[in-house]
Amino acid sequence: MSIKGPEILFEINILGGIPITETIVGGWIVVAALTLIAFILGRNLSVRNPSKRQLAAEKLVAMLYGLVGDTMGKHNLRFAPLIGTLFSYSILSSLSGLTGMRAPTGDLNTTLAFALMIFFLIQFGNIKNKGVGGWLKGFTEPVALITPLNLISEIANPISMAFRHFGNIASGIVITTLIYAALATCSNALLGWIPILGDIPLLQVGLPALLSIYFDVFTSFLQAYIISMLAMVYVGGANEPSEA
Amino acid sequence: MEMAIIKAASAIGAGLAMIAGIGPGIGQGYAAGKAAEAVGRQPEAKGEITSTMLFGCAVAESTGIYGLVVAMILLFANPFI
Repeated sequence: MSIKGPEILFEINILGGIPITETIVGGWIVVAALTLIAFILGRNLSVRNPSKRQLAAEKLVAMLYGLVGDTMGKHNLRFAPLIGTLFSYSILSSLSGLTGMRAPTGDLNTTLAFALMIFFLIQFGNIKNKGVGGWLKGFTEPVALITPLNLISEIANPISMAFRHFGNIASGIVITTLIYAALATCSNALLGWIPILGDIPLLQVGLPALLSIYFDVFTSFLQAYIISMLAMVYVGGANEPSEA
Repeated sequence: MEMAIIKAASAIGAGLAMIAGIGPGIGQGYAAGKAAEAVGRQPEAKGEITSTMLFGCAVAESTGIYGLVVAMILLFANPFI
């Protein structure tokens, strides 16, 4: 049994050596898969007689724009591609854990990148709408005394977002590993005395699949939904319509 | 000897850190109970209520996740060893 972080596969010898971990390679695979899916869904589009593939793609895009329009308001629809990218990358990364890869979202670096992206979008939105002075003044409200608290809560935001996604996926990885090890020990103790059958950990068949429905599939969907929902709420809050 | 004490204390500390799981457990149970009440009162709004509840649960979970992260740091990336 071994529970480890993502391993360093090789290093690129520029800038003092950039380590390429399992996370980065997994991310490349996910990006390639997403590109392939987008390419297949976007081929041979036609207005007259749309294929089933095209109808599915249109349904997905319409659902995304509907959700973004409902949550962030119609004036923020320009963020829809970003939210869609975030959602699809997050969910495919988490689900890639099912294939035996180490899920890229089970690494704090990936989720921290998501969170920092959202953090800077929020700050840029605030600066754009209120101006630099208004943005700085926003930290001293309602009274100047609680400025440190406002700063801390602003910084805690991306940290909590990153840790939430990372913790959910990583705890799934840890628990799955522990259960596999426990089942191997159990089946060795129960069936170890049978000559050939004893070498195969029979108890590992079936039960982990049931747990994986919760720890991998359900958590993946939920966390992808949560992080895109939080991104929509926060970024939408920073980009209120200006005429109000 | 010192190493053994550090390792044992880290393991105990990891266990203690996971006591943080109590809070989100209570909070999420409360949210789920309220959601069940709401579905009972207004069954046609089930989808809306469920997604709101899951969202709230996931946000309430953060404190438990902090505990989990501390436990995992103590077990797998111990700064004291």
